This record gives sequence, C-alpha cells and structure tokens, in this order.
Amino acid sequence: MDTSALFDFSPLIQELDKILLGFWATIRLTLTSAVIALVLGTVLVGMRVAPTPVLRWAGSAYVNVVRNTPLTLVLILCALGLSDTMQLNFSGDPTTNYFWWAVAGLSAYTATFVCEALRAGINTVSMGQAEAARAVGLTFLQTLRLVVLPQAFRSVISPLGSILIALTKNTTIVIVASYLDAAAQMKQMFDDYGGTIPIFLGFAFGYMVLTLPTGFFFGWLAKRMAVAR
Amino acid sequence: MSTNVLFDAPGPRARFRNNALTLLSAVVLLFIAYLVISTLGDKGQLDAAKWEPFLRGDTWTGFIVPGLIGTLQAAVVSAVLALLFGVAFGLGRLSDHRVIRVVCGGVVEFFRAIPLLILIFFVQAGPATLSGYTVSVPAFWAVVIGLTLYNGSVLAEIVRAGILAVPRGQSEAAYAIGLRKSQVMRLVLVPQATTAMMPAIVSQMVVLLKDTALGWIIAYEDLLNAGLKQFAVNYGNLIPSAIVLALIYVLINLALGALAHWLERRSRRSRTSAAGPVAAPPAIGTGGPGGPGAEAAATM
Repeated sequence: MDTSALFDFSPLIQELDKILLGFWATIRLTLTSAVIALVLGTVLVGMRVAPTPVLRWAGSAYVNVVRNTPLTLVLILCALGLSDTMQLNFSGDPTTNYFWWAVAGLSAYTATFVCEALRAGINTVSMGQAEAARAVGLTFLQTLRLVVLPQAFRSVISPLGSILIALTKNTTIVIVASYLDAAAQMKQMFDDYGGTIPIFLGFAFGYMVLTLPTGFFFGWLAKRMAVAR
Repeated sequence: MSTNVLFDAPGPRARFRNNALTLLSAVVLLFIAYLVISTLGDKGQLDAAKWEPFLRGDTWTGFIVPGLIGTLQAAVVSAVLALLFGVAFGLGRLSDHRVIRVVCGGVVEFFRAIPLLILIFFVQAGPATLSGYTVSVPAFWAVVIGLTLYNGSVLAEIVRAGILAVPRGQSEAAYAIGLRKSQVMRLVLVPQATTAMMPAIVSQMVVLLKDTALGWIIAYEDLLNAGLKQFAVNYGNLIPSAIVLALIYVLINLALGALAHWLERRSRRSRTSAAGPVAAPPAIGTGGPGGPGAEAAATM
C-alpha cells in the first residue's frame, strides 16, 4: 500500500486554479438556478391556490411529475434530449449552451420544491389575514401578493435555505449535461492522480465552505424575519 | 388556512370572470401543449418507429424490467443499510457519552453537507488507489455505499428527532418504575418514536430511489442505463425512452408518497404513540426541526 498518497495534498495546490474555476462554475449554476427556481416556484404556488381549476390542475400535475423524476433524468432529457437530439440550443457556443440547459434542468426541478415549501407556508398564514384582505376589497392576486405571500415567505425561510443547500449539492449532477463544475474537476483529478483521501477531503471542504455558511445565514435570517403571532 | 379563503364564494360577475380565466388558461395551456407536440413532431420524435418498441414484450423483458430490478436492488439494499446506519448514529447522537455524541454528530453532519455524487466517486476510486489497484469496488457497491452514508445520515437525524419527539414524561415514568437506560430506549422510546418517524422514513425512501439514478454516471446497470444507454442507442429514441422511464419513476414515487401520506394521517390519530409525526430535519444551521415546508425541503 502506498501510504504517501494518504497525506499528499500537493495535487490540490498544483491544480488550485482549475479547482477554483470548478467551484466558480458551481456557484454560478447555483445562484442562477436559485433565482429562476424562486420565480418559477412562486408562479407555480400561485397556480396551485388559484380560483381557476385548470391552473390548479396544471400546477399540481407539473409539481408531481417533475418532483418525482430523478434530477439525473431531468438533466439528461435537457442536455442529451432537447439540446443534442432536438438541436434546441440557447447558444452556438457549447459551453454557454450546456450551462443554460443545466440551469434549465436544475431550476425546473428545484422550483417544484420551492412551490411545495411555499404552499406549506401559505397554510400557516391565519385565515383572518386573507378574510381581512378580502373584506377591504382586495382581489385574489392582491391578497396573494400583498398579504399572504409576504407572510408565507417569511415563515419558510429556513426550508428555502435547505432547498438552496440541496441545490448547491445537486449542481454536481450537471456532469451528465456535459458542463464542468467542481465535481467534474474532482473526477478528472481522480483519473489523473488516483482517488486519494486528500483530494476527496479538499473538495468536500470546498462544498462545506459553500453549504455551511448558507445554512447559518438562513438560520439567522429565519429567526430575524420570523412572523410574530 | 385552507386555500379557498383566498377568494370569495363567487357571485355572478366573479363566476363570469372565473369562467373566462378558466377558458383563457385552458387555451394557453393547450397552446403550450401544441407547441411541445408540434416541435417533437417536427423533429421526428413522434414517429411510430420511435415509440413502437415500447409495445413489444422483449423491450420490457430485455431492458426495462432488468433495469428496474437493478434500480430496486440498489434501492432496497441501501435502504436496509441506511436504516441500520441511521438507527446506530441517531441513537449515538443521543448517547450520554460525550465522545460518542460528538463523533456521531460529526459523521452525520459531514455526510449531509457534501454532495452525494462526490461521495460515490470517492467510494469507487478511493479503495483502488489506497490498495495499490488490487481492490476494485463494483459500481453497485459504490452506489449502495454512497446512498447508505448519505441517506443513513438523514435517517439518523430523523431517528433523533423521533426519539426527542416522545414527551419527557414517558421516559421519566419508565425510569420511575425502575427500567434501565437500555430498557427505556428499547421498550418505551423506540416503539413510540417508530410510529412518529415512519412517514419521514418513507419520504426519505423517495429521495433514495431517485438518487439511485446517479448510477447512470458511474455506469451501474440501473433503469436509466438499461433504458437510455443500451436501449435508446439501439433505436435512436432517447426522448421517447426518457419520457417512459420518467413515468415509471413518477409512478413508483407517487405510490411511496401516498404511503407516506397515509402513514402520517394514521400516525396523527394514533394512540399507540405519545409523539406526533416528525419531519426530516433541515440542513445544518437553517433552523430548528419541523416547521412549515420542512417536509418539502427534505425530499429534495
């Protein structure tokens, strides 16, 4: 057994620029998908509580189908199906194209969880709030936008944080969409240097640097923004 | 709040408006559906030749059923191992010995904070390198060990939450009648916690089953690999295959979800447990256990 591999952290330092580039890709994927998923999830939750049965039905059909499909399959469908097979491309440049298809898959998938979390949040807003809003003559969209959703958002900050962390970890799966992120960089280094513990710990540390502060920030925000009832 | 308080019982004008909106949204949705179908048609994805293989028995016996068995094998083996891991580390985190508590907590939080995929890569590549390329981990075990460590850590948190959800009076009463620590755990806390955490455990199985699809990346012969790499390559029908496979996953997961929902309702009205149903805990730092939306976040 080659014990020197156990303590050899030098590949991490030699390839630091590539590793940082990988994590930068992870961060860009996470943030872009998070914003799109938040918007899409809010629209979906609006559909799911709307007075129009067709929209309610469409919203829940989308959520139930996409949420229960493995993300790997969603990304394969985006990158290998829609992009490679059907030639629906965002851009002629493969890197840009695969980035946006990866973002499309990640946000389509994540939006369903944002929608479910927000729906749980809407259920915590007390009935009197919506009744009062209706009593002063607000329409459905006004009730939702001005009264219910702001309170719902504040009550689900912590689950939204968990979803953001899960999204950060899920960006590793874009490897199937031919886009290179930190996980792909780790795989490359495993092929070049062997699967050593220092390389694994280095990347694990990198992901923890992204996920743990996110967790603590959202925990702090959830406490600060808690709705007093 | 039930959702129907968001809008009034409709009067004549609102009924008209609602009907108009229903019509409008139906038209928009149908238009989107038309766009999807016509684009698929233009690109030749709706050709009978691409879908016809799914009507033949040998497609199912040759590719899909063996793939499904591969997926289910990985899922069942990792579910059993993850449960054992979860019980061991969940109870470990509640131990009276500080060292055991800290070690179990560290292990659980580490595996929950890193992506499952890099864990699977390491399980596959690590032992080979460390043994000087004499040991090789088959793709099956790489998937299973990865899934066990990740889902086991989540289950450990569920077990801990379940035990903590049993009211203190239960263990105090058990100590008062002279039971030892292990007896209190075995006879009083674990049985009641089991009822409380069943829904969360079944929900976690949905996550586990979905994550077996990561086997595609390291070439494990699961449903995705059998359906998309082997089968779709033969027929050039990646998109139809992906749709069929997605439906299979969705059906299995919806069934598991319905089971979790049924267990949760049963556990809510259960009188065999003093603890209410617990949700899977949120990611580290994001806040206390449970709360609205925690379940949705936990199944991602």
